[in-house]
Amino acid sequence: MSQDSLDSLVTSENDIDIRLDVDDEYEQERQSGRRRKRRRRSGDKKEKKKKHQRRRSSSSARDGREERQTKKRESSKKQREKHFKERTTERNEEEAQTSSVKATKTNKNINNEKTRKTKTAERETEKRNEKKMDKSPKTIERKESEGKNTDKSKERKKHKKVQNSSDEEKTKEESEEDKEEQEELDKEQEEVRSECLSPEELEKLKEAVDERKKLIQSLRVKPWPMKKKLVSLRESQEFVEKYEGALGKGKGRKIYAYKVIMTKKWMKFERDFENFKTTLIPWEMKIKEIESHFGSSVASYFIFLRWMYGINMILFCLTFGLVMVPEALMGRPYGSIPRKTVPRAEEASAMDFAVLWDFGGYAQYSVLFYGFYNNQRAIGWLKFRMPLSYFLVGVGTVAYSYMVVIRTMARNANESGIGDDNSFNFSWKMFTSWDYLIGNTETADNKFASITTSFKEAILEEQESRKDDNIHLTRFLRVLANFLVLCCLAGSGYLIYFVVRRSQKFALDGLENHTWWERNEVNMVMSLLGMFCPMLFDVISTLENYHPRVALQWQLGRIFALFLGNLYTFIIALMDEINLKRKEEMIVKYNITTWENSFNGTVSENSTATPISLHPADVPRGPCWETMVGQEFVRLIISDTMTTYITLLIGDFLRAVLVRFLNHCWCWDLEAGFPSYSEFDVSGNVLGLIFNQGMIWMGAFYAPCLPALNLLRLHISMYLQCWAVMCCNVPQERVFKASGSNNFYMAMLLVILFLSTLPAIYTIVTIPPSFDCGPFSGKNRMFDVIHETLESDFPVWFSKVFSYASNPGLVLPFILLMVLAIYYLQSTSKNYKEANVKLKKKLQMQNEENKKKNKRAALKAQMDLEEARKASSQQKHVSPRRHQDVNEIHCSRQRHYYSKNGRNPAPPVGDRSLRRSAPRTYQHVNPGPPGYLPGLPRQSETRMHRVPSLQRH
Amino acid sequence: MGTTASQLGKELLSEYQELTFLTKQEILLAHKRFSELLTKDEKDLPNTKVSMERILTLPELKSNPFRKRICHVFSTSEQKDGSLTFENFLDLLSAFSDSATLEIKSHYAFRIFDFDDDGTLDRGDLEKLVNCLTGETDDTRLTPEEMRQLIDNILEESDIDRDGTVNLSEFQHVISRSPDFVSSFKIVL
Repeated sequence: MSQDSLDSLVTSENDIDIRLDVDDEYEQERQSGRRRKRRRRSGDKKEKKKKHQRRRSSSSARDGREERQTKKRESSKKQREKHFKERTTERNEEEAQTSSVKATKTNKNINNEKTRKTKTAERETEKRNEKKMDKSPKTIERKESEGKNTDKSKERKKHKKVQNSSDEEKTKEESEEDKEEQEELDKEQEEVRSECLSPEELEKLKEAVDERKKLIQSLRVKPWPMKKKLVSLRESQEFVEKYEGALGKGKGRKIYAYKVIMTKKWMKFERDFENFKTTLIPWEMKIKEIESHFGSSVASYFIFLRWMYGINMILFCLTFGLVMVPEALMGRPYGSIPRKTVPRAEEASAMDFAVLWDFGGYAQYSVLFYGFYNNQRAIGWLKFRMPLSYFLVGVGTVAYSYMVVIRTMARNANESGIGDDNSFNFSWKMFTSWDYLIGNTETADNKFASITTSFKEAILEEQESRKDDNIHLTRFLRVLANFLVLCCLAGSGYLIYFVVRRSQKFALDGLENHTWWERNEVNMVMSLLGMFCPMLFDVISTLENYHPRVALQWQLGRIFALFLGNLYTFIIALMDEINLKRKEEMIVKYNITTWENSFNGTVSENSTATPISLHPADVPRGPCWETMVGQEFVRLIISDTMTTYITLLIGDFLRAVLVRFLNHCWCWDLEAGFPSYSEFDVSGNVLGLIFNQGMIWMGAFYAPCLPALNLLRLHISMYLQCWAVMCCNVPQERVFKASGSNNFYMAMLLVILFLSTLPAIYTIVTIPPSFDCGPFSGKNRMFDVIHETLESDFPVWFSKVFSYASNPGLVLPFILLMVLAIYYLQSTSKNYKEANVKLKKKLQMQNEENKKKNKRAALKAQMDLEEARKASSQQKHVSPRRHQDVNEIHCSRQRHYYSKNGRNPAPPVGDRSLRRSAPRTYQHVNPGPPGYLPGLPRQSETRMHRVPSLQRH
Repeated sequence: MGTTASQLGKELLSEYQELTFLTKQEILLAHKRFSELLTKDEKDLPNTKVSMERILTLPELKSNPFRKRICHVFSTSEQKDGSLTFENFLDLLSAFSDSATLEIKSHYAFRIFDFDDDGTLDRGDLEKLVNCLTGETDDTRLTPEEMRQLIDNILEESDIDRDGTVNLSEFQHVISRSPDFVSSFKIVL
């Protein structure tokens, strides 16, 4: 490589001569080609003539080239001794050949050309061989390059063929694109010409190569058929490969080549990595399958489920990796201290399945719950700060969830923020309402129906002829419906409160004396309410006679209120229980201290005596309200999961089986009639998921096992629901777009997140932890662990700084600053919004003005046309003028096209827009004589003259 | 252009990846599905066309009201019968894939909706489009009066230059503001 460049330096003089020659010849060639092209564009009728011309011009160019080649050969003979020099000239010759082949690509008789070319080349090589025997390797090289040339020309031919066929097939626009491509190839000729080693040329070549690379990258965005894309891809790749190596000089060349190779490798790696990433996305194929059956709205539920799974995975990793595993591995083993041991009274039944299922017994005294953790400050050989870790993980899960939800919301808002204006209501209904993913005939039928109704509704609304026949009745019914719903909500709230109270009584009596139902009453009642109340609401909402979309929102809001009410009643009842437990704990604590005191009092005489060793299972202990809370939540989750799965199996699967198999022997058509198959209720399922997550957030602090449980639940329900949807559900009758409601669900999730962290934070901050269980036992408040860490684990100055920083004198100004910042940001965003609205109005005004203008223009054009027609009918000289017009249009189109490529300055804007609009109106108003392509604009000279007059408007 | 998986060369596969919005797995899946449509002796021939009828047996296209239009738009055969080669098929999937740009999607959507292939959506095209969207049954059809009203409204909104038709740039303008188009203009195998 570097040798080559050296040679080129030596022979630069000689080189330049030849290059000039080549340039000359080339310029001719190019110009003639361009002329040809122009001619070709100017009308179909001249096609034959033009072909002829082209053939002639190209053959003349060929003759000239051959002469030059022989000249060059002679010159090279003179310098036979200098191998290197000759080599460079050879290269130049080859270059000329390649370029000439390229130049003749537009030629129809390319075959002929090619054979002639190869013949001359062969002759050349023969001569060389005679003259010089030691040059044989070079001839081989030459032959190779010739082979390449012929290959290339073949490809050109193919390309040409493709172009031809596409020319015939495609509309006008497409053929224009073809021309564009030809233009690009013209450029390529230029590029090839610049394959000489002067720096400017190099620069040019580099640009050309870069351009090619860009072309390769942008190919996939082009709406061409694959064949065409393939051909141009191969071509440009070959080009890049061929000339990339020639770039750079001296030492830089190697680096450049290296760089090129590395980028290529990197790109390949990136593509592979992308492929790998898509295989890693879990359940992608499953979701796509559902998507293709039920459309995007059902799939959006599963995508939401997957997203939830991802969040829970992170939460699980946090709690599992930083809390549960360290405690299990490095903490004190089971049975070492009272809090880690099953009490003597429960020991007998601690391994029973019923007890374990309720998360009592051994499950209660394990890493799954808060109470198991020891308050030892550092555990194991790692000196792992367990209580601190526990606290930080609790805070971290909440913080992470907030971050993720808010980030997703912001992203969704960005995506859907564009489409909030209603200016294209009808067009969107028309052009974007079909969901191409639907691959199920039933879904398609539903979609047809919903589209039709939406059309009809839109038309009705547009006409504003929709009258509410009895507005008082509907109002009354709506009020009544809301009243009924409120009654339902209050009733369910009271029921839960009542049940929780009752269960407390049972708990005081001792759970063993009661039946299974009495023990699980709370959870069962909550699940059942969650199951049946939405159905009730659905029935009630038929009273209201809302638009389905509005009705859906009401329904969702009501279910949301119900779940929230239930959850909060549950929490309030739980609070009562916490207070009860704390009273109990006080008593126990008092008893223990008095017992210890009395014990100490008796033993105090012989002070050296060791305290008596009591088995940890026998030590009296407090009730540990934290574990109780955790247990309640875990039970709630379990029962909720169970009810979900059971309803899925009974409500969907069993129903589908019955409907399918009993249909043969039943009085009416079960499939079409009453039971039929169940629909997949997207909104209800999403709500269930959201509330489930809320419970996880609420309880995760007291039961570190909750994220793991939830992960399991989500994993199973992914498979179960996928299966249920595919095998026994029918698509929804009312199909709504998924994208519109995405942020609605996210907002709900955020609200739930907030509402569920509220009680958790409240309990953490206000209620002192139990004295004998959990990582924070012995502290006044749970967050004291931070204080403790700061004091003992960090240097003195740090805690000093921290105490200064947490001083109200600093905190208050900081909060003030934050508030100010928020206020500032809010007001600026308001301003932006206002500006946006103003701009929108401006745009609309301008649009309307344009419309008016165009209408006027159209009217005028019509009048002009009529005048022109009158005139023409008088003169009867229509046909020759028409031809002229056509020519002119072609010219103008060409100019237009050039302006696109940036070669010519763009024509004045008014001119262009007018030319576009005016002929179409003409066409619309008065369909012209047959024989014209519909897409081809027709215009008369009269309209061309109107240009300035229009701009004055 | 081989028609069995072994014949779909590595080179070609990477070129297809370069030229479409599909991943390797998707291309291979497409190839598998496409070769299932071929008969045994056709499999040995390179560049086989599959007739529109057989393409339309794919469940992904079966219930699409624009299925015939889609075939016609992506077909490059000279007989204009809507038959597709494997490359045409890849073009189709690429345009309907997840990651295709809005420009590509709207371009092909326009061509699909342009029933008479004249480069603009005129009233006839729009009428056919509405009929496709409302289905074949009589009870979902719009009355002529409703149809007229609807088309008037659409032209009022999107025909910016008032020539009575919607052209490509107007169409893309409308589509680019729609929140749902990219998510619903998708076909996955």
